Amino acid sequence: MQMPDMLIPQVGVVTEIIKETPDVKTFRVVNIKGNKAFDHMPGQCAMLSIPGVGEAMFSISTSPTNTKYMDFSIKRVGVLTEYMHDKMKEGDHITIRGPYGKPFPVDTELKGKNILFVGGGIALAPLRSVIHYVFDNREDYGYVDILYGARSVADLVYYKEIEKSWTQRRNTNVYLTIDRPDDEWDGNIGFVPDYFKKIGFSTDKVVVLCGPPIMIKFVMAVLLEMGFKKEQVYTTLELRMKCGIGKCGRCNIGDKFVCMDGPVFRTDELDHIPNEF
Amino acid sequence: MNKTYKIALGNLSKLYGRINETQQIYLPVRRGGTLNFEKWHESAVVDLHGLKTTNTPKDLFLPQSEDLYTAKMDGTNIEIITKDFFDNAFVIFGVKACDIEAIAVMDNIYLSKHPVDMYYEARRKNAVLVSLACNAPKNACFCAAFNIDAANPKGDVATWILGEYLYTQAQNGKGKAFVEDIMGLFEPAEADDLLGLKAEIAEKAQSLPYSKLPLESFTGENMMKIFDHENWDFLHRACIGCGTCTYTCPTCSCYDIKDFDKCSGTTRFRCWDSCMYPEFTLMAHGNNRLTQKERFRQRFMHKLMYHPMNYDGQFGCVGCGRCINKCPVSLNIVKIIKSLGVEVAENANA
Repeated sequence: MQMPDMLIPQVGVVTEIIKETPDVKTFRVVNIKGNKAFDHMPGQCAMLSIPGVGEAMFSISTSPTNTKYMDFSIKRVGVLTEYMHDKMKEGDHITIRGPYGKPFPVDTELKGKNILFVGGGIALAPLRSVIHYVFDNREDYGYVDILYGARSVADLVYYKEIEKSWTQRRNTNVYLTIDRPDDEWDGNIGFVPDYFKKIGFSTDKVVVLCGPPIMIKFVMAVLLEMGFKKEQVYTTLELRMKCGIGKCGRCNIGDKFVCMDGPVFRTDELDHIPNEF
Repeated sequence: MNKTYKIALGNLSKLYGRINETQQIYLPVRRGGTLNFEKWHESAVVDLHGLKTTNTPKDLFLPQSEDLYTAKMDGTNIEIITKDFFDNAFVIFGVKACDIEAIAVMDNIYLSKHPVDMYYEARRKNAVLVSLACNAPKNACFCAAFNIDAANPKGDVATWILGEYLYTQAQNGKGKAFVEDIMGLFEPAEADDLLGLKAEIAEKAQSLPYSKLPLESFTGENMMKIFDHENWDFLHRACIGCGTCTYTCPTCSCYDIKDFDKCSGTTRFRCWDSCMYPEFTLMAHGNNRLTQKERFRQRFMHKLMYHPMNYDGQFGCVGCGRCINKCPVSLNIVKIIKSLGVEVAENANA
């Protein structure tokens, strides 16, 4: 029998497509037998593909504690994601390979700590995997704060789940903000870094930070100003990838290959590589 | 030391024919003015005296294009049809010391870290590498700068042309088994016969204009100093981003994965790519290397800094000189090493 190669995917089935926002949908994927395609850890990614359309790396937005399926929350931005948003129906096949990358250190450096999640826009997708993992192993972690912002109410990914589930968890605070005023919104209005400053978190926690580069830059500045150290902050990088196994060369920055050495980095590690991300 | 044997140059066709009985043999063949590794056949114009082939031996291990699998589509249903891995024993004959070292660089990239590249591995383990010492290295050669010994090429079997004979010595177990198989065509020889030739080659290699390059500064602690160096601003200017350097480089191994639509389904293949092209890093939401300066810098930083950092000081350049010969605007890695190596070293001493 031929050995399986990391470049050869398995066939998966999209069992459910959930519309999260005007340009984000969640695709629920199982293998052809109806089971989870493979095991993973929070922060790891998978290559999804429609043959003839394209293949791309996506973060897995469900936790390893979910043993039935994997979710991928995907924004409509390019050739493959446009196809997935516009043409794909529940029951359609997709190919999937993985898992790729280094996960968040949920069982080591994050264990026993208070955790502050900071996310913006679609970047809640990789954070959701960690958040679910923490909720499912609640006694292993301290207090949880979740600060999440989006352009508008309609752009808040997983909004229903946040309201129904996350805000009801014990020892958990959820802070939401939107960029512009909205009649349906009585919460905070403003960008994530400003709201962060306004809330004023204490530094007795680790920070898991995901978002657009500009948001990360400003949140980082606020964190340092408030006395956090870079060693306390974890983030993810996103670069073009083809192979996922450190060979094709696309995601190389400095001596790192983001698909193997990342996508999760402790922010002090990023000081030592060229700023090409 | 392994035993030395020799064969008269006039009898080489017999040797090729003998090898060809059990496995394919690739060697430098002259065709229409270019020299390239080609499959041997009786009327092939074999030229072991040429300096270097236009294309590199990497073509045999990482083909320019290689199918991975086919996805058969039935409506929106997908069936993956894999193909068998390469499984033909072959010999590559007459590989120069620089190109042999380049295969060691590729081995590190593709085989030293899990998961290995199984396509490359399949070809690599089926191959016997027969190297050939460089009797006449020329001005564009600078293997000596990387401590590569043109007089003592590595590989599974090493060979030398001395007078009217081809001398040979197995370099490892694989090479020994190969030599034993074809022993009948050889006669015993003295290793000492080669001493004069080796000294002559070594002296030539050391006296070439680029044989000593200021490589000392290219170490991990200088990464940001070299990355941020102002000289990149003018060094890159002539680069037209054609990618010729990448394709003729024996160590460039980055690839793209693409689809080819056939009536029977979609074939997914991989093919050579170049970090000099803007599409290399283009994502739906942007590009992290927007200018040719950044792309140009990436190629040289990878070879001179990032690869050595990851692989115990092994440089990603072997001094074959093909980029010097082929670049349409006369840019090459030697200019980069000289410009940045000297300045960073001088600043450190200042």
